[in-house]
Amino acid sequence: MKKLSIHPVTRIEGHARIDIFLDDNGRVAETQFHVTQVRGFERFVEGRPYYEMPGITARICGICPISHQLASAKACDAIMAVTPPPAALKLRELVHAAQFVQSHALSFFHLSAPDLLLGFDSDPARRNIFGIIEENSELAKAGIGLRRFGQELIEGLAQERVHPGWIVPGGVNAPLRPEVREKTLAGLPVARAAADLALEVFKGALEKYQEEIAHFGSEPTMFAGLTNDSGEPDWYDGLLQFREASGALAAADIRACDYAGFIGEAALRDTYMKAPYFKPVGYPAGVYRVGPLARLNVMTAFGTPAADRELAEYRQRFGECVKSSFLYHYARLLELLHGIEKIELLLNEPSILGKHVRARASVNALEGMGMIEAPRGVLLHHYKVDESGAVRWCNLIVATGHNNLAMNHDIGEVARHFIDGNDFKEGMLNRVSALVRAYDPCLSCSTHANGMPDVVVALRSSNGELIRMVDCHH
Amino acid sequence: MRKVRLATAWLDGCSGCHMSMLDVDEALIEIAKRVEVVYGPLVDAQEFPKGVDVALVEGAVSSQDDLDLIHTIRQRSKIVVALGDCAVTGNVAAMRNPHPARKLLERIYVEGAQANRGVPNAGVPALLRQAVPVQEVVKVDLHVPGCPPPARGIAYVLGELVEGRIPDLGCKVKFG
Repeated sequence: MKKLSIHPVTRIEGHARIDIFLDDNGRVAETQFHVTQVRGFERFVEGRPYYEMPGITARICGICPISHQLASAKACDAIMAVTPPPAALKLRELVHAAQFVQSHALSFFHLSAPDLLLGFDSDPARRNIFGIIEENSELAKAGIGLRRFGQELIEGLAQERVHPGWIVPGGVNAPLRPEVREKTLAGLPVARAAADLALEVFKGALEKYQEEIAHFGSEPTMFAGLTNDSGEPDWYDGLLQFREASGALAAADIRACDYAGFIGEAALRDTYMKAPYFKPVGYPAGVYRVGPLARLNVMTAFGTPAADRELAEYRQRFGECVKSSFLYHYARLLELLHGIEKIELLLNEPSILGKHVRARASVNALEGMGMIEAPRGVLLHHYKVDESGAVRWCNLIVATGHNNLAMNHDIGEVARHFIDGNDFKEGMLNRVSALVRAYDPCLSCSTHANGMPDVVVALRSSNGELIRMVDCHH
Repeated sequence: MRKVRLATAWLDGCSGCHMSMLDVDEALIEIAKRVEVVYGPLVDAQEFPKGVDVALVEGAVSSQDDLDLIHTIRQRSKIVVALGDCAVTGNVAAMRNPHPARKLLERIYVEGAQANRGVPNAGVPALLRQAVPVQEVVKVDLHVPGCPPPARGIAYVLGELVEGRIPDLGCKVKFG
């Protein structure tokens, strides 16, 4: 049996390899998706004070550190048994919306636009953001500018763009400065124009991608996402909803503290990424998806006018419950628009400039859970502490993990449809990578396990000098 | 003028250093005029190419994949830059080092799973027992600390390297 490997899977966040096995007729017999990085956060945070957790867990991911800080701070709020002051809650929502904008802009413009605009079969050496800069500098500038808009708002609030220390248990550590508010409001029209341009370009290209839409994950799954009472998305503080592929509610209004009754985690032998499943159905049948596509399937409406206009068109094209994983891109662009609208709404709330932004307390509960929507989907932090506040146990269920089973399935479907071993072309493999990109996975987020030593490797410097003997896992 | 062949690599890190690199914003367009990115998470190369002028390496050396890649990077690159605290000191990647690895794995994949319990053992790279900084494995030409290093620091480093100078970092970067 012949094996094709995509190693590394490029233009994604994280380390992965895909192995594709072909039978004697050149047809795909099997695919394997290996996430190849492991880190160990859940274990090595044991013993650390709970209030360090937002800072440590931010380092799970450089793209969505804000998501980890927020989920972590919410778990810490629960341990302190406090509700942050109203201005702090608004500011947390604001920084979260800014992160959605920068993260979704990165996914679309920097990572996936090269496939969508230059073509899946285009020259791999140019199929990247630099190729977009050469080919369509207006679009590249719009994308870079939109990402900057989100990052600058984060920096304005939190003093740094990546791994800031501003989100703290009990709230945030400084109020919004009026000049940051003014500057952000002034930047909204350009940000909005960039999001509109992305949507226009994407919708204009949809016709070209009928085959990808049909075969990038057409299998029905459940969907999960957070909404408020009205069924609108609430990325910061919604309750968890599960819907069937038919659109029927499978489980509604689940609070963070009840997650363990609904989400189980399975270990898989060939990847460091665990596979969460819907517990009432069980493993492996309880497959569900999270992230932009799932959120749009779970919600009734965005609750902001421009995003809702686009949502009506999206649903007119593809229905109320959209199944193709290719359309993660489309859903992501709608959320980008909603994020910009949300930023404007929040900045226009008078209470956003409130000076009281932090509740102070020490340990008042020995367990806390925090749940939010990260850009890639539902994120859960769960800590148990002792009375001194030292973390004794930690569980993290990270957005991309929820999609593990569905992604595995979809990779198989894409490979079987597009790869012909008798007439092999690079673009066939790129479509498999592109399926993974559609999910916008955050694979370094999704693996927090650690290694098992039983092989010894010699670490040598480049001139051959022995540095250290190191035990290796398996 | 020949473009400088730039590679970026991501070992055991969080991508924050790469994000800080993108945080140069529109300067990326100017940089692209003088630099060709021939390998890294932003481009599609499957193999680390020969004849790289500058390699920016984020993350610590933590798995067999990392170890293989960093040796290849050293052999095929004129200048290797350790970008960010994980590459420079091990930082957060090395926080796992005091813990016995076998127990950790069982904690995650046996105790921490409710179905199909068991440690991954097929098709995943061996994990080194300790995550080590890049300089413990290969010679590093330049260390750029920070978690992450600030975008303006990365832009300065790239600008100098493109001009064929080794940058004097002075007080332009700091740890953490």
